[in-house]
Formats: sequence, C-alpha cells, structure tokens
Amino acid sequence: MSRAAVLEGGARWRDAAAEAPGVAWLLAALLVFFTVFGPRFASAPNLLNIGIQSSILLLLALPMTLVIMTEGLDLSMGAVLGLSGIVLAAALVAGYGLTVALGAALLVGLVFGAANGLLVTRVGLPPFAATLGTLGAAQGAALVATDGQSVVGIGPGLPALYASAWLGIPFSIWVAAAAYGAFHVLLYHTRFGAYVFAIGGNRDALALAGVRVDAYHAAIYALGGLMAGFAALLLTGRMNAGHPTAAIGMEFDAIAAVIVGGTRFERGYGGLPGTVLGVLAVGVLKNGLNVLAVPSSLQVASIGLLVIAALLVDSIRGRS
Amino acid sequence: MSAAPPAGAALAGWPLRMPSIGYRLLGVAALCLALALATDAFLTLPNLLNVLRQASLTFLIASGLTLVIVTAGLDLSIGANLGLSACFAAAVIQASGSVLLGAAVGLVSGLVIGVANGVMVTWLKLPPFIATYGMLWMVYGVNYWYMAGTTIYDFPQGFRNLGSGDALGVPVPVYLTAAAMLVGGLFTRYTTWGHDIYAIGANREAARLSGIPVRSRLMLVYTLSGAMAGLSGIVYLARLNSAEAGMGDPLLLPAIAAVLIGGTSLFGGIGTLSGTFVGALILTLTLNGMNLLTIDTNWQPLVMGVIVLLAAWLDASTRRRAEARA
Repeated sequence: MSRAAVLEGGARWRDAAAEAPGVAWLLAALLVFFTVFGPRFASAPNLLNIGIQSSILLLLALPMTLVIMTEGLDLSMGAVLGLSGIVLAAALVAGYGLTVALGAALLVGLVFGAANGLLVTRVGLPPFAATLGTLGAAQGAALVATDGQSVVGIGPGLPALYASAWLGIPFSIWVAAAAYGAFHVLLYHTRFGAYVFAIGGNRDALALAGVRVDAYHAAIYALGGLMAGFAALLLTGRMNAGHPTAAIGMEFDAIAAVIVGGTRFERGYGGLPGTVLGVLAVGVLKNGLNVLAVPSSLQVASIGLLVIAALLVDSIRGRS
Repeated sequence: MSAAPPAGAALAGWPLRMPSIGYRLLGVAALCLALALATDAFLTLPNLLNVLRQASLTFLIASGLTLVIVTAGLDLSIGANLGLSACFAAAVIQASGSVLLGAAVGLVSGLVIGVANGVMVTWLKLPPFIATYGMLWMVYGVNYWYMAGTTIYDFPQGFRNLGSGDALGVPVPVYLTAAAMLVGGLFTRYTTWGHDIYAIGANREAARLSGIPVRSRLMLVYTLSGAMAGLSGIVYLARLNSAEAGMGDPLLLPAIAAVLIGGTSLFGGIGTLSGTFVGALILTLTLNGMNLLTIDTNWQPLVMGVIVLLAAWLDASTRRRAEARA
C-alpha cells in the first residue's frame, strides 16, 4: 500500500456511513419497541434526556473507535475518567478556576493514555493487559486520594454550566457534537486519520512506507486518555461532585457502543457515524429498559448480550 | 507416553521453554524474609497457614485461566462466573438444606458459562477477550439481578470447613490446590491432550496442520476454566460463609496477576500450573504484608495494577529476547 492509497481518506466516512444500516435498523427497532411498550418513553423531555445521558458515553466511544480499529482495547477509560473527575473536583474545591481544573483533569487523562500507548507500542504488551493494569492503577489512585469518599463542595460554577442550554439544546449535547466534529475531521480529513485506518489494516506496509507507526499508534491511546479526562467535565457537572467509583464499567458501554456501531478489531474496519448510532442504541436501550422498570443489573446484562449478538451476526455472515 | 505426540515438531525444545521457577521461588523467599524482619506477626504459624489458604484460593481460580492463556486465549469472565456460581450454590443450599446439591449446582453453573465461552471462541470464532468480556458483564448483570442486593449467609459447619476448616493442621483449600496441581500437572506434562494445548498456543496453524483437533481442545480449556471458577466459588462461599452478588468482582485482576507472575506467557505456548501457584503465593504474600503493615486496603487495586503491568512487561521482554536469539 503506497502513501497515496493510504491517504484517500476523504471518501472513507461516506463508505462507513453506507455500511451503517445494521445499527440504524437496530436503533429504529429499539425506538419503535419502547415507544409502543414504554409509557412516557417517546416524550420530548425523555428523548432529550437520552441525548444528555449519551453525551458522556460518546466522548469515550469516539476515541475507543480508533483504538478498536487498530486491533486494541482500552479497559482503563472508565477508571481514568473517575480519577480525572476526582482531580477536577478537588481543584475546584481548592479554589482554582474551571480552566485550571479542567487542565489538570486533561493532564491526568493524557498521562494515563500516554502510558497505555507506550506500554502497547514500546513495551509490546497486549492492549488488554496494559489497560487492565492502568485500570487498577487509576482506580487505586482515586481510592487512595479520596479514601473512598466523594469530593464535594465544587461550587456553583460547573453545575450551572452543565445545566445551561443554548438554542434549547443542553450544554452536554453541544460538547458531544463538538467532539464528534473534531473526531470526524481528525479521522477522515487528516494524515493522522489515514494512518489510523492503515495501522489497523496493514501495519507493516505503513512501517515500510517510512511512517513512524509506533508514535501514531501510541497517540491513539493518548487521545483516549485525554478524552476520558475531558469527559470528567460532564461527569462532575452532572454529579455536582467527584466520586472515585462513579465511572467504573463505563468503558464497557463505550466498547459495546463501538462494536454495535459496526467497528471491528480487524483490518481497520469501522467508522464514527456507526459509533454515534451505537452510542444512541446503548442509550435508548438503557433508558427504555429504565422506563419499563427493568432493574439496572439486567440493563448491564442486556448490553453484554447486545455485544455478543452483534459479533455473532458478523460471524454468521462470515465477515469476520 | 507411548505414542509420540502428533505435534512433535511444534513441541521441539518444549521443556527448555518453560518458565524457570527458581527466580520466582527466590522472590517468595525474599518477600518472606522482608516481612519476617518488618513485622512480628508474619512469622507465626496461624499467619503462614492463612497465607497458604489464601494463595490456594487464588490458585484455584487462576488454574483454569492458566490453561486458557497457554492456548493464547483469555477468560475475563472467571470473577463474575465465580460470583454467580457461589450465589446459586448458596441459594440452593439454603432452600434445600443439601450441601451436595448446592455444590453440584454451583459447579454446573460455572461449567455452563465455560461451555458458552468455548462455543463463542471455537465455533463462532469470536476473539476470546471480547467474547469473555461480554460474558463477564452478562453474568455480572444476571447475578446482581438475581441477588437484588441481598446476602445469603450462615451455612452448615460441615460445608464451611471446605473453605475455612483444617485437616491435620493444614487448611482444607491447600489439599484441593495440591490435588488440582497434581492432576493438572500430570495432564499437561504426560498426556497427548495436555501437549496439544501447548502446541495450539505455540502455533495454532501448525497444530491444526499436524492433526490436533484444535476446536475440541479449546472447548476443553474454556470449559475447565469455567468449571474451576465454579468450584472456586463454592470454596469461597465456604470460606466467607456468605454470598453476595459482588463477591467475585475483585478476583479477576489477582487471578490474571497470579498467572502472569507465574511465568505463563500471554502470547501462548508457555506456562505451568506450579508457576501459577508460586505467582499466587507472591501475590498473597504482598497483600498479607500490606495488611500486617496496616496499609489501607484502598492501595490494593493500585498495587495489583502495577504488579500486572510489571509481570506483563517481564513476559514481553523475555519474548523479545527469545525472538532476538532466534
């Protein structure tokens, strides 16, 4: 594969959008099902609520898409988000401004993300082992720093920002939309994005073409950590506090959304439009089951089932 | 062994590539020495037996996982599996009063989850880490739903002895571990099936071409891993004398850590059960030492994460050196 072939990124997102029907059908079916069987499901406030609930998940699922496209996995995102939230809340409690606090949270996320990247590329660990280790480290650091307690007293600024709306659309949805826009440009219209496809597709060819594959590959994980740190802004705003275990397991929702959205672990296969639909499918499923008074434990189980079912459909079609 | 294993070529140099236990035993000795010097409570018989009991429990969960990882696979569902199996066993014992029936249900529950993992990995060709990760959350959800926040506790003394009792002054789980190591050791070392497992992990394609029934061997190791998680669930239940939905959640990381510290390679083809036991011992000594030094339990996930990273790093660098030599 030559560089020219690698760089034909512009048309790729249309390909990816064209491949999305599976998850689009799923989303439509879920919407119809819950509208019919769930009283109050299809109300405007509830649908807006799904958007708000899905926005944090999208912030994690966007970088997770790139990680999974390159045959990786980031199990540490939830724990890193939790730790970043603690740092953000603690900085606000200490009287720093929101900019400084967010900067600190981003830094924490970046450090863990970069560590994941180095462990995977330089040290050569399988991604699950590297990120399982940093999961433990981030979760442990959050517990040690807080003694397992919530960090409260962050002041009115962040919660007010979180509760604000512009043109009738809540703040968190604007943030999610902006993040999507940034990732869309990054993946489909930059050299970096083209390399993401190529690392997943044919890593050796890319290396032979003289690209510093390890650096780009590590940067994907660093981006994941950075976004986990950024998501702390919404999480802390929503909870009005920092809590060390608040985001545990959120990486699973993100992985589920990406897989359901059609991205796969091989050949650089997948894309961001599918991930958005996957995030919405997970959000609709959780919210709808909630409306139907299904316990949250079974919501988790149903998402596990959804992931395996999505992979099974592939397996039966013989694509993987 | 009468007939040569069909994967003779893939197994050339097999004994040489096993992880050396020596360094690890040295690590155990160093940890013991440090803890004996640092605390008075360490070098007492009750504490040492306690360490042995705890290490045995960790070994039991990690034993099936060891064989899975030797095939270059992975089973992330064992912690959740252990929790669900223990809760099912607890409910049945409570409802029927029969320990035997409860234990059978727990074991079967673990086994069924293992079979489901095996089917996903072999027949449906899903990547092991994502198949068993999905299974983790499915089993987790079902268990939290089933238990609905309740705790089942207070079991017959006879049953509790399985986890917390002694026989001839030695904790009962130690006997179970010894039996598992003996049977598992004989299986991996002296049977064709055992050798097949290593051959698959070393080079799956070569194993398939030399006539090894790859699918049924993989089916076997995932089933074993599930069954061992179920069995460990029963022993944990007997040890804790109570069951709640979250009991297995914190056990996945230590199990993986024990396997890696024991020298089993994540890249497949290399690893032993005795190594995993030594890994479990090192892990337990570390945690026991932290307890004796009254270090806050909040530090445990952090320490566990760092240990996993160090062990995986050791594995990756050993592999790189081996490749450089080749």
